[in-house]
Amino acid sequence: MSRYKMHVLVCGGTGCVSSNSIQIVENLKKYLKENGIEDEVQVLKTGCFGFCEKGPIVKILPDNTFYVQVKPEDAEIIVKEHLIKGRKVERLLYKEPNTQTAIDDSKHMDFYKKQMRVALRNCGFIDPDNIEEYIARDGYQALGKALTEMTPEQVIEEVKKSGLRGRGGGGFPTGLKWEFAYKNKSDQKYVVCNADEGDPGAFMDRSILEGDPHSIVEAMAICGYAIGANKGLVYIRAEYPLAVKRLKKAIEDAREYGLLGKNILDTGFDFDIEIKYGAGAFVCGEETALIHSMEGERGEPTTKPPFPAESGYWGKPTNVNNVETFANIPVILLKGADWFSSIGTEKSKGTKVFALAGKINNVGLIEVPMGTTLREVIFDIGGGIKGGKKFKAVQTGGPSGGCLTEKDLDTPIDFDNLVAKGSMMGSGGMIVMDEDDCMPSVAKFYLEFTEDESCGKCTPCRIGTKRLSELLDKITKGQGTMEDLEMLKTLSETIKDTALCGLGQTAPNPVLSTIDTFWDEYVAHVKEHRCPAGQCSALLQYFILEEKCIGCTACSRVCPVGAISGKVKSTHVIDQDKCIKCGACYEKCKFSAIIKK
Amino acid sequence: MGKIKSLEELKQLREQYKSKVDIREKGDQMEKMILVRVAMATCGIASGARDVMDAFIDEVANRKLDNVVVSQTGCMGYCYAEPTVEVTIPGKEPVVFGEVNKDRVKEIVDKYIIHGELLDGIIPVTHKTVDD
Amino acid sequence: MANCETCKNKLSESCFRELEAFIDGLEDKNGAVISVLHKAQEIFGYLPREVQQFVAKKLEIPVSKVYGIVSFYSFFTMVPKGEHPISVCMGTACYVRGAEKVLDEIKRTLNIEVGETTPDGKFSLDALRCVGACGLAPVVLVGDKVYGRVTPDQVKSILKEYE
Repeated sequence: MSRYKMHVLVCGGTGCVSSNSIQIVENLKKYLKENGIEDEVQVLKTGCFGFCEKGPIVKILPDNTFYVQVKPEDAEIIVKEHLIKGRKVERLLYKEPNTQTAIDDSKHMDFYKKQMRVALRNCGFIDPDNIEEYIARDGYQALGKALTEMTPEQVIEEVKKSGLRGRGGGGFPTGLKWEFAYKNKSDQKYVVCNADEGDPGAFMDRSILEGDPHSIVEAMAICGYAIGANKGLVYIRAEYPLAVKRLKKAIEDAREYGLLGKNILDTGFDFDIEIKYGAGAFVCGEETALIHSMEGERGEPTTKPPFPAESGYWGKPTNVNNVETFANIPVILLKGADWFSSIGTEKSKGTKVFALAGKINNVGLIEVPMGTTLREVIFDIGGGIKGGKKFKAVQTGGPSGGCLTEKDLDTPIDFDNLVAKGSMMGSGGMIVMDEDDCMPSVAKFYLEFTEDESCGKCTPCRIGTKRLSELLDKITKGQGTMEDLEMLKTLSETIKDTALCGLGQTAPNPVLSTIDTFWDEYVAHVKEHRCPAGQCSALLQYFILEEKCIGCTACSRVCPVGAISGKVKSTHVIDQDKCIKCGACYEKCKFSAIIKK
Repeated sequence: MGKIKSLEELKQLREQYKSKVDIREKGDQMEKMILVRVAMATCGIASGARDVMDAFIDEVANRKLDNVVVSQTGCMGYCYAEPTVEVTIPGKEPVVFGEVNKDRVKEIVDKYIIHGELLDGIIPVTHKTVDD
Repeated sequence: MANCETCKNKLSESCFRELEAFIDGLEDKNGAVISVLHKAQEIFGYLPREVQQFVAKKLEIPVSKVYGIVSFYSFFTMVPKGEHPISVCMGTACYVRGAEKVLDEIKRTLNIEVGETTPDGKFSLDALRCVGACGLAPVVLVGDKVYGRVTPDQVKSILKEYE
């Protein structure tokens, strides 16, 4: 067997695949072969590197070269210059946005410096389709250790001691949950992995399943041993075809190696995993709703108790954890609870993965120790606000969360601090907003989402979210009254107190967390019929400044409704009756001659 | 692939597969690694740099030196002494060896990399690189 | 889109036979409605009344229950998709980077609303929640092809590729 001298890792996550990364892999292989060095350089597609903003990513090892926004045609120069002659391709290197200096070693990138990768340890490092690489990275050792050296009680104790809390939203202590399921005696129990990532703007679970599927398989088997279950189910979104494919392959390979199935590692423990498909319903992230959906019902939640640990899937004790929670389990068993609990804050241990998105320079998937501040995440790792604009707010926790502002930037992020600030951890979506984002519109966006996703079972959520989104619609159109603002507040409080499940109870959070901090902005919409951020199209008018317009006709050509008239080299005018306020002209004008007010 | 029958067997497999990812693991901890860089420009390759690099890789693997990374680099400019190899031990100045062949590889690994002893054939480094 | 090339949205006998074979091959019909509907949508491309009735009969459950499930989950559709289904990502990341304006532009150009198909059957339009390519926001999918960082003025030229 020839020994590879270099490895070329190409990101095979959904984001990079969308930008043609598979073609890069093929081209690299083609040129390596043409140059006769296909035995010396190994090309691999891996899971997500997290740096989605600059995808597709190509990383070359051992020299840690990090190429960004690589195109399939760049494969030739990478092979000829870097892989054959050892010269890095300068123009493909990542440049630090502030200094514009090219970084030739990914270790020196601000994006990675402050990160600590536990749940994402193998993402972007191994070939997710290759079980041997997972084994080489201590894969299945934790399962082996649990089965041969530990009793189920000891496994549960270790997880409890680690302080791991559920990463799906609520933050319930994982060890405690396992203990409940363990204590409920039954002939049949189930382990369920919640991979129904419904939060728009969060994609960590998908990335883990795509980049390190075996870690989930292993963790579910460990959980099965701990609580006394021999059947596992993964409830996954049908909208994640790549994750489904890789998970299926992982399960098949694990069976072939005897790491799933009967009598695992000759210890008498049986465990197998089946995949169940979701069909697109946000509420199915709630565990009782998820279980009903797996049983082939409408995914409507039921009141707890009974908890799934007592009566879950087909009435049997069931333990439900989310993907990221499971991804931490093998590491905890191998490195120990003490190691894990040394990371993080007093009540939130370990690390958390966040999906950074919105108006930020480095969109991507990051993992930091609990207790890292929002400022570090947004400005150090995220590289600050896009286009040098001013930071306005960051939305955490998805549709159930809230907005945090300037004054919260130095708050250490953990479960309890975020709740104290009126938001929540949620699954870890983090959407950054700048001065151009209108807060009532953002609240409206989320309320339209929850209105749409409300299962309709309980009145506060079914009708309440509809009324809230109607009120917000009125306000963003400049038709609201001050009474409407009061109504918005009282209705929000009522829904929060009376809805049946987590979806309804948290649905008003986007309103509640913005209405006080951005009260002036709400009032401006109502009293002055003005949108200070300039986003609400109903309250906007576009004008052309005579002194700046040079008559280049770019705006009139881009206008979809022909509302702009004017001859070449003379001032153009917008017909306000025809204008549909799409903003296309505003984006197109190179001379800042178009203003909105 | 047959089924894995015990934890012992799983551990053996892990050792066997280690080599699949060790280049990447070393790259991950580059700052602690002893770096061997073989000049692989046209003139280096023409003088046998490829064989030298292979020899280093084999030697490092045979001796199970998991703190050594072998990588390639461009022309270092010592054309009269090709193949040239630069060895950097963390915390020390890089040392460049000229006219390296398979036998010299063994010597360099034995004396300099393992024991830190200098040996003949060192080219005085005449320039600094930008990031120093 | 529909796997079954011969149907082209017509409910042919062979499609029903394929679905029947799938259902008969199930180990356990209990709780299998959702996976059967997934299969049915894969075969027919959508889930019209006739298909729902067929599923209900085969699984021995009321049609109302099947309809309840089809209408509950956003993945299931009761209208046929266009030849080139367009999906605009309306996840938060795309939203704050201007997805709504792109969606409006597509609506205007094709003269259809979200959930509708053009009269010639060429395009259908959907808004979906996060495809997870947030780095490319805003994202538009036409069939399987992903368009990233789309601006409203690119819409016309994207649609042109399919004419």
